[in-house]
Amino acid sequence: MDPVAAKYIGAGLACLGMAGAGIGLGNLFGQFLSGALRNPSAADGQRGTLLLGFALTEALGIFSLLIALLLLFAV
Amino acid sequence: MAAGADGGHSPIAQFELKPLLTLKPFGIDASFTNSSLFMLLATGIVISFFMYAMSNRALVPTRIQSVAEMIYEFVANTVRENIGEEGMKFFPLVFSLFIFVLVLNLMGMVPGGFTVTSHIIITAAMALLVIGIVLAYGIYAHGLGFFKLFVPDVPAWLLPIMVPIEVISFISRPISLSVRLFANMLAGHIALKIFAGFVGTLAFAGAWKILAPLPLALTVGLTALEFLVAVLQAYVFAVLTCIYLNDAVHGGHH
Repeated sequence: MDPVAAKYIGAGLACLGMAGAGIGLGNLFGQFLSGALRNPSAADGQRGTLLLGFALTEALGIFSLLIALLLLFAV
Repeated sequence: MAAGADGGHSPIAQFELKPLLTLKPFGIDASFTNSSLFMLLATGIVISFFMYAMSNRALVPTRIQSVAEMIYEFVANTVRENIGEEGMKFFPLVFSLFIFVLVLNLMGMVPGGFTVTSHIIITAAMALLVIGIVLAYGIYAHGLGFFKLFVPDVPAWLLPIMVPIEVISFISRPISLSVRLFANMLAGHIALKIFAGFVGTLAFAGAWKILAPLPLALTVGLTALEFLVAVLQAYVFAVLTCIYLNDAVHGGHH
């Protein structure tokens, strides 16, 4: 296979990893909302945990995006 | 960040190290680069901000003094929550790491600025410093008992599986700590640049010109997200540092 084509296919495949981060983020915010609507008074105290979870989950999606970008620009 | 049309700057040109002052003692390249300049600037900004903000030391704080106190209280609470009162001896370390990473991230958001934290060598150095301190203090405080960290409370027959897993998870900590910060900053800035490039490409694309505001709006939104990420990643770096230090302070019994 043409190496350039393989590079682009690889970059596209690497982006599939972001689906996992999407599922994770949806789960995170969905669970937070359902918890927050059940007990709104406790929601404010958990906003920091929510953002921490957001950053940790989002970083995993960024890892796969990074592989795609490395394939596109660095390899 | 000039959003050039096709054939403009490469999206990764913004991360290029440019030696401003070439120094090569003993054949080692120790040039003063734009990265070094921005780190010096960040240190200067942090020191002068806190010196200026705390210069009055009024009991009723002025606005700028209360900003400095809020940052202090924020980091101090993070340390207390994660390590406890005896962890406050690590407060200077956590505070310096947090404020340094935060200012470097935010300086990267200034158009034309250089994002120091988008280089893995910088973040890896900081992560190795953290893990080095965890190991050194853990062994200093608990002796060989520190290595009970790698032996969880499980039935004995599970130990041959669990101990390697715990060791691997400990070794991967500095890797994930450094790659998380570096990858977030790198990918975020590349994404911004690529979407900004779309605006330029579409603006010169004949009838497709009417679509040009779409990527522009997206760029504005992404910029806001990048500011959130810049602050959040500095916070995450500080929180994870605290969690790792907690192991060193409290030993194996989680």
